[in-house]
Amino acid sequence: MEFAELIKTPRADNVVLHCPFHLAVEGTLCLTGHHLIFSSRRRDNAEELWLLHSNIDSIEKRFMGSLGTIIIKCKDLRIIQLDIPGMEECLNIASSIEALSTLDSVTLMYPFFYRPMFEVLEDGWSSFLLEQEFELLSSVTNEWRLSCVNKDFSVCPSYPPVVIVPKSVDDEALRKVALFRHGGRFPVLSYYHKKNGMAMLRSSQPLTGTNGRRCKEDEKLINATLRSGRRGFVIDTRPLAVAQQARAKGGGFEQEVHYPQWRRIHKYIERFNILQESFIKLVEACNDQSHNMDRWLSKLEASNWLTHIKELLTAACLAAQCIDRESASVLVHGSEGTDSTLQVTSLAQIILDPRCRTIRGFEALVVREWLQAGHPFQQRCAQSAYSNSKQKWEAPVFLLFLECVWQIHRQFPCSFEFNEQFLIMLFEHAYASQFGTFLGNNENERAKLKLPQKTMSLWSWVNRPEEMSRFQNPLYEANSLVIWPSVAPQSLQLWEGVFLRWNRPSKFLEEAEVERINIIKYNKDLQAKVNALRRQLAEMEADEEAREEP
Amino acid sequence: VENVRLLDRLSSRRAVVGTLYLTATHVIFVENGSETRKETWVLHSQISSIEKQATTATGCPLLIRCKNFQVIQLVIPQERDCHDVYISLIRLARPVKYEELYCFSFNPKLDKEEREQGWKLVDLNEEYNRMGVPNNYWQISDVNRDYGVCDSYPTEVYVPKSATAHIIVGSSKFRSRRRFPALSYYCKGNNASICRSSQPLSGFSARCLEDEQMLQAIRKANPGSDFIYVVDTRPKLNAMANRAAGKGYENEDNYSNIKFQFIGIENIHVMRNSLQKMLEVCELKSPSMSDFLWGLENSGWLKHIKAIMDAGIFIAKAVAEEGVSVLVHCSDGWDRTAQVCSVASLLLDPYYRTMKGFMVLIEKDWVSFGHKFNHRYGNLDGDPKEISPVIDQFIECVWQLMEQFPCAFEFNERFLIHIQHHIYSCQFGNFLCNSQKERRELKIKERTYSLWAHLWKNRADYLNPLYRSDHSQTQGTLHPQIAPCNFLYKFWSGMYNRFEKGLHPRQSVTDYLMAVKEETQQLEEELEALQERLANLQKSQSSNNKVKNMQQDRSKQFGLYTSNNSLANTPQEYSNDLKSFPSRSPSQGDEDSALILTQDNLKSSDPDLSVNSDQESGVEDCSCRSSSGGGCLPSEDSGKDSDEAVFLAG
Repeated sequence: MEFAELIKTPRADNVVLHCPFHLAVEGTLCLTGHHLIFSSRRRDNAEELWLLHSNIDSIEKRFMGSLGTIIIKCKDLRIIQLDIPGMEECLNIASSIEALSTLDSVTLMYPFFYRPMFEVLEDGWSSFLLEQEFELLSSVTNEWRLSCVNKDFSVCPSYPPVVIVPKSVDDEALRKVALFRHGGRFPVLSYYHKKNGMAMLRSSQPLTGTNGRRCKEDEKLINATLRSGRRGFVIDTRPLAVAQQARAKGGGFEQEVHYPQWRRIHKYIERFNILQESFIKLVEACNDQSHNMDRWLSKLEASNWLTHIKELLTAACLAAQCIDRESASVLVHGSEGTDSTLQVTSLAQIILDPRCRTIRGFEALVVREWLQAGHPFQQRCAQSAYSNSKQKWEAPVFLLFLECVWQIHRQFPCSFEFNEQFLIMLFEHAYASQFGTFLGNNENERAKLKLPQKTMSLWSWVNRPEEMSRFQNPLYEANSLVIWPSVAPQSLQLWEGVFLRWNRPSKFLEEAEVERINIIKYNKDLQAKVNALRRQLAEMEADEEAREEP
Repeated sequence: VENVRLLDRLSSRRAVVGTLYLTATHVIFVENGSETRKETWVLHSQISSIEKQATTATGCPLLIRCKNFQVIQLVIPQERDCHDVYISLIRLARPVKYEELYCFSFNPKLDKEEREQGWKLVDLNEEYNRMGVPNNYWQISDVNRDYGVCDSYPTEVYVPKSATAHIIVGSSKFRSRRRFPALSYYCKGNNASICRSSQPLSGFSARCLEDEQMLQAIRKANPGSDFIYVVDTRPKLNAMANRAAGKGYENEDNYSNIKFQFIGIENIHVMRNSLQKMLEVCELKSPSMSDFLWGLENSGWLKHIKAIMDAGIFIAKAVAEEGVSVLVHCSDGWDRTAQVCSVASLLLDPYYRTMKGFMVLIEKDWVSFGHKFNHRYGNLDGDPKEISPVIDQFIECVWQLMEQFPCAFEFNERFLIHIQHHIYSCQFGNFLCNSQKERRELKIKERTYSLWAHLWKNRADYLNPLYRSDHSQTQGTLHPQIAPCNFLYKFWSGMYNRFEKGLHPRQSVTDYLMAVKEETQQLEEELEALQERLANLQKSQSSNNKVKNMQQDRSKQFGLYTSNNSLANTPQEYSNDLKSFPSRSPSQGDEDSALILTQDNLKSSDPDLSVNSDQESGVEDCSCRSSSGGGCLPSEDSGKDSDEAVFLAG
């Protein structure tokens, strides 16, 4: 297919662009295969807009005589308006945008065409390999092993080729366990708590069915993570009733009789379609132009978004508490083990593991617990809050996770190496990107699409020193402690950086950030100067003395 | 009373046993056992209500709610003791005479001169001069010198030059409580001004020539504009209801060249109930997100805050952008009018956003113009219907602005919280009584101390590290976003859940940056010293060399001498200095701020605040514990444990 076929009017003049908090600008609009480009030509690059078609969530058209108006709503929640003279041009452009922003085939997406303008210092595709992770682990314990049982994705299509499992369980047993778990997602190591040797595992639900099927290998696998005489916790992210109902469809939960050493806790985390609805309502509330304070608060409340945040944080705190305070191993799962499970395991690591609060550590966490663990990014992030088509698979699962990280970040502003912008950047790229990182639903699909060969990794770009400097938190001081956030409603706030990003003037807040950076930079410069002078003085004095006493 | 248990609001499992003491001024709870013997001090004047609850098996519970939003729950083993404590506290918390208040016994160990100096820190005459009055248009009037015209006004009032004593007196007779229009803020740049008064006694048709002339005079004092705004801060319905009682609002037909505007801010009773509802939400035990948001909305509190802000924004815009003078009133002109005038001044003039300027602002718009501190904040036992969080709302408006303009204010959140605390504490004389007249009669300045001097002395604690006087955000008028902006108004947990440290961010960016700035200052000093030493050394070396050339032997002694000299400055000392820098590892950040607080706020002078800092270090404590992990049960941890308890129960 040629993109040109879809572009009937590649260029329109005298188009007026309206963005919130900016004066309307007149200029030229161009459509390319992957971008919508607007240029005012008034000053060089001053009023340019480059918008990826894949970032467009929905478009609306309106006509006033021969003047057409297109309202473009983006996946990053921004809304822009274009006034295009000429009804035909406007219709052409609207239909092109619509077609180009909803391409079916992944291989037509921009990452397959993008040629980076920067020098690749480090290939992000191989920056975070599970083998490296295992090496770190091996330095503290020898109870685990790398298994290649899934090397051709035949045991579990949504798992990566290598996983970490207890040493005492062989590949044959793993195959059997995979048959007993939904989608073949057998329990694997998610996190090892060095402090007390406790482990966090994740999996999907066991396929006990109505007749209480059991699997000895499954029991043996998870029991292998327990210290003798100690109990573990199974955190099921569904309420008991839902877990019970799942049995009718062949699913189920770990029954006490077969897992006597495990205590099951049901901690309900909302499923994807409910989350998507909540997301849409919240964004609607944030875009509400009315002056009525009561309406704002009741809409915020009615969206239930913050309730989901609170529930998710609570579940993650619970998992972390079991590991750190109760010294117990934990197994986390819901139904498929690709959504709420990953939210809980990754947030628990943010709380427990200082490494996950560094930039590279957080990237590694996203790779390990989301990309490699088989969160279906392509399905979940196909549409954002403005989509009209209510497809079943879309859900802001990853965004919810990022927001929870932000909530913890807000409560511990000095304990994270990255800043809020870093989290917002990840949100944007998960939904629309020039990089191939978030394409595909799992490692299997990524391998088939040959993404590492054909596209650029987000990490290759982010980890360049120039880019990195934008994402560093000036207040960061490594904090080796476990950080326990408060989950009380008073402690949780709306993530303005994402939801009000385009609705509030950010100038003053940005100035404050610059000021913070300056204060710290000035301090560091001074420190360096003082140290240099001290050294110089010491040397001079030493010289002096040496001369005194030859 | 011994063996009293102090309960934690969030989790009844966590209670500490200790001894309760009642003194003439404080309730003191001292923990048993623990080495630190943590103390909780509560001033009697902070107590807003005491509730005796039904006796249980463990004892008799007593609930003390404070005006600074602290809630203390005690269980006293013996019913009789509890009753005695209850009766005493009821009496102690409701003094009937000013002389019983803490400020008359509080002694910060300053001599007479220091005390007088403290009262001189904020000087309103100086402030009016700073604004640029008196000038060709405005003059000081002595018409109220013996409080003869209006007993709730100050003796010195600024009025338009063309307003004669006859006009002023005539106008005052046509205004509620004779609060005639007087200058609140004058804008040097364009001659526009903000004046304030009470409502006119217009009823349905009454007129007053002098009052009309008064408004005319205000308009003439601003030659750049041919009309003035008259802003009635009440909802229209309330103002109309007042007409039936012979009061009301200005009729545009009778006054030439006025534009009349209602801005619906509710009255003190609505505000009191609103706060009450919001505090109930804050007190909920482990509320769900919906409970909280729904309760917050239902209280209407943020809506009221926004209404006050909107009024202030309207006036600031009229003055700064349109160059039009504004006359503001409500009913009596001492509550809503004070709120609105001070918010507008704060938006207009960067000076009020400095620490000193903010003190001046409160002194000008609140203290001098007869805001009824005693009635509103219940310092003396009085009519509970007079109590209302009027200035609390103003303080919150300032906080909301600080959130939107992080670099625009010289002071930080702690400054606001401490001012709020002391408005109720009666530890300083500033906010006693209902008017200047009463304060003069009580000889407040001779018998008590000024809060402003106390805050000024500790100003290092109250600085906003992001403030720079040359920053663009600091200059000129602030323009808050007008629409859509509901989401800009947020719940202030730092104030209303002030004593529940578990709910707040565990690391304070402000404290961290303050520590960095302090270190920076020390580094600057050290740098200077080092450079000086370097210069000396270089000088001596070069002279040394010259000497060396001339006389080898003596150069040795010279060199020795100089190096000895520099030894006197000792590098060791510097490295010690370095050690004594505020250590900035985040978990210790809390401890630092706690230290700053405790050293400056002596137990005797600021008990509640130092207790507050104890709790802050308490948070620090548990993050340490979480590192050691072992020994203690999770239930020993800070605020979050209750949540943990909930996770497990679930």
